[in-house]
Amino acid sequence: MTAAPKNNPVVQFVNVSKTFGDVKAVDSLSIEIHRGEFFSLLGPSGCGKTTTLRLLAGFEEPDEDGGEVRLLGETVNKKRPYERRIAMVFQNYALFPHLTVARNVSFGLEQRKTPKEQIEGRVRRALEMVRLKPDVFSGRMPSQLSGGQRQRVALARALVLEPAILLLDEPLGAIDLKLRKEMQLELKALNKQLGTTFIYVTHDQEEALTMSDRIAVMDNARVAQLGTPAEIYENPRTAFVAKFIGESNFFGGQADGRTGGQWVVTQNGGVSFRVLDHPSVRQGKPVRIAVRPEWMDVWPPDSVPAGENALNGVIRDIIYLGETMHVIVTVPGAGDVTVAVRNEGQLIKPLLWKRGDPAAVAWLPEDCQVLEGE
Amino acid sequence: MATLRQRALGWLYRRPEAQAWALLAPGAFWLAAFFLIPILIMLVYSLMPRGIYGGVERGFTLEHYARFFDPLYLQVLQQTFLWSISCTVICLVLGYPVAYVIVRSGRWRNLLLFLVVLPFWTSFLVRTFAMIFLMRDTGLINNWLLKLGIIDQSLTILYTPFAVMIGLIYGFLPFMILPIYASLEKLDESLLEAAEVLGATPSARFRRVTLPLSMPGVVAGCLLVFIPALGSFLTSDLLGGAKELMIGNLVQNQFSAARNWPFGSAASFIVMALVLAAVMIYLRVKDPTPARDH
Amino acid sequence: MRLRTPRWLIGFAGLVYLFLHLPILVLMVFSFNNSKFSVDWRGFTLQWYHRLLEPPDILRGLKISLIVGGAATVISTVLGTFIALALARHQFRGRRAFEGFLYVPIVTPEIVVGISLLILFALLKFPLGVTTITIAHVAFCISFVVVVVLARLEGMDQNLEEAALILGADEITTFWRVTVPQLWPGILAGALLAFTMSFDDYVITSFVSGSGSSTLPIVVYGMVRKNVEPSINAISTIILVVTAILIYVADRLVRAR
Repeated sequence: MTAAPKNNPVVQFVNVSKTFGDVKAVDSLSIEIHRGEFFSLLGPSGCGKTTTLRLLAGFEEPDEDGGEVRLLGETVNKKRPYERRIAMVFQNYALFPHLTVARNVSFGLEQRKTPKEQIEGRVRRALEMVRLKPDVFSGRMPSQLSGGQRQRVALARALVLEPAILLLDEPLGAIDLKLRKEMQLELKALNKQLGTTFIYVTHDQEEALTMSDRIAVMDNARVAQLGTPAEIYENPRTAFVAKFIGESNFFGGQADGRTGGQWVVTQNGGVSFRVLDHPSVRQGKPVRIAVRPEWMDVWPPDSVPAGENALNGVIRDIIYLGETMHVIVTVPGAGDVTVAVRNEGQLIKPLLWKRGDPAAVAWLPEDCQVLEGE
Repeated sequence: MATLRQRALGWLYRRPEAQAWALLAPGAFWLAAFFLIPILIMLVYSLMPRGIYGGVERGFTLEHYARFFDPLYLQVLQQTFLWSISCTVICLVLGYPVAYVIVRSGRWRNLLLFLVVLPFWTSFLVRTFAMIFLMRDTGLINNWLLKLGIIDQSLTILYTPFAVMIGLIYGFLPFMILPIYASLEKLDESLLEAAEVLGATPSARFRRVTLPLSMPGVVAGCLLVFIPALGSFLTSDLLGGAKELMIGNLVQNQFSAARNWPFGSAASFIVMALVLAAVMIYLRVKDPTPARDH
Repeated sequence: MRLRTPRWLIGFAGLVYLFLHLPILVLMVFSFNNSKFSVDWRGFTLQWYHRLLEPPDILRGLKISLIVGGAATVISTVLGTFIALALARHQFRGRRAFEGFLYVPIVTPEIVVGISLLILFALLKFPLGVTTITIAHVAFCISFVVVVVLARLEGMDQNLEEAALILGADEITTFWRVTVPQLWPGILAGALLAFTMSFDDYVITSFVSGSGSSTLPIVVYGMVRKNVEPSINAISTIILVVTAILIYVADRLVRAR
């Protein structure tokens, strides 16, 4: 299913479950993460992504018969965090306020009883790696640093240990937008440069798409879909994924006959559209699809080219977004459908549409994403 | 190959309750042995007849509690109660404005606050003595009044109920100011501005916004004054003369001159009961049954 | 501040402040008065302070107060800190009840605490002295230490300890290298508060001290009763100044960071 090359998995979750009270935070999770990957756990608050990370770190233990967590092939369920060779960067940095930057970074090395002579050099290199000048920053206290600087120190503190696996728990959440984008690229570069496996938790889907080799989209303690950014975005498997990542329009109906590799799906109102053959489509059974706004187009009613799906409606609104225009068409039986149209300059080449015009929305059958279960 | 330390930590880690109890045990033991149990013993004593030397004898009796229906002792109870309440009310009237001013004092705030915190922690004995120094016949107040010719003869201020009341107010005023300050400090300025925009006059703003929102602090302050006042002993002892003015004095007397430990225990227990009643009422007022949906 | 405070209110508050502090200031000023009985100002002198050193009981009282204070502070701070740690970090059965139980000493009148301990010691036939005083002081100080340390703990970033764990420090190492340094100002503030309360206590101490173990407040009480002039002012001033310094430091510590 995945396109990534199969190395030995450095991390494995085998049917892992974790319950708090009567709430299941993680439900029979099974994932494999490969060496050197940038792997993201993506989902809304409460979906279980942070718990998953904490299970890996050792801050939580799986339920009694709640599966196995394996690091580098070894089951580590009962191992304490300090017995696992894993590094972590926290959301709110967690720098030790009473220690200087240098002592913060060297903390892990001191715990490992690294010889003193080596420590200084490694600390310097780690600070340089996160682009903080050692001479300037070594002696400073965390309270004297900005948010971005603190995050870099937290990163240095983790990387100085040359870990095989680095956990990151929404590390860029408290950082302002422009700096965040810069740091996303830096993190990605570090991942490739060092070959360290990065396991990244975030609720920001753009961030996940930007940085990851693979993404596990989580919903309600389970993995809704696992794949590369392209797979997740272009082939969402469930309504949840389609809704959470980017924008989607939803259409539904009953499967009503098959001709030449395409199913006809008839909506309640009688209007139908076509869907490419898909294993989960069965005669007579309900079908639900998602179509992204940028895969759709707006036409005058009844003039949609042959072979494309078409639904007639009325334009409700046109929203100016700079790069694109969102045309919102109210289609009976399907609600408000959003179509993204490239903006070729409203002042030079304005859209011909106005609010209230009748119009048809159109898309190709190949662009139907058939959604599984709910 | 796990070391002893690792094994111990591993064992403890899996038993969070054991960790908790290990930490709590010494302190809990101390409090149980030297706070809880003595009070229980005191309770038992209060139900036993008086022995020859003032201690207790075997037996069970309610006579010590019954004695409180005697007008002599009822009067003491009444007086203590009345004084505690008056002291609380006066402290409220004096203390609320102070708290209000401190909240609005900008850069003086820390200093003003410190000046209230300081008496709060200073030796009660020393502060009570300051009152004596001022109020006695040869004290500062009389001295100046005489000098200024306002009076011919020293006023007897000390060793009067008036002196005790002043002493109580002086002693407990900081206890009222601090909780009210804490409550007012949390008040959102924008609420008052909103009220102003809606046309409320300053006094209306106070009555309808500030006062209700500062109620938790007011109640806490009243409690922090009323309770110690009830059990107060030093003030009435030093400022009131040798008479038994408050229950605290009554209790103390039973353990010194009057030598009646069980009766003293009963009196002490009554004070304790009054205090606990006040606390229960406070807790009810603080967290009433949840409000209905609006 | 958009809303101005009315003049009369400030004036009123000022008067109350005067009421609170004037007596003490007067007391302190007159400790330097060169006159034994009169309340007229007769010149500046330090003789009353020197006089304090003459009768042995003041120095002895001070010594006992320091011994009791030191011991009570150490014990109550350690016990109180442990309790605060347990309350802040663990859920356990009976937690609610315990919390309630912990706050009872704070509201219990001193007279009740004092005589109940006197009864206990009499029952056990335990001689009254420095030990009994220390025991009593620890009993009423623990709760205050818990309150202060707990406040500090609850404001503490729990991620710090997790960060230490994942960096390779086990629980004990984490406690010493991360938790304690963070907690230290709170522990120190709690200790200072405990010392202040122990040093200043009269009521409870009066019940549980024997004839040879008078603490400083007990000696001062005797002086007040006997009207020993104006050395009382002198010793009071010293007590006030020392308390002020301790409270100032504790205040700073609690506010730090």
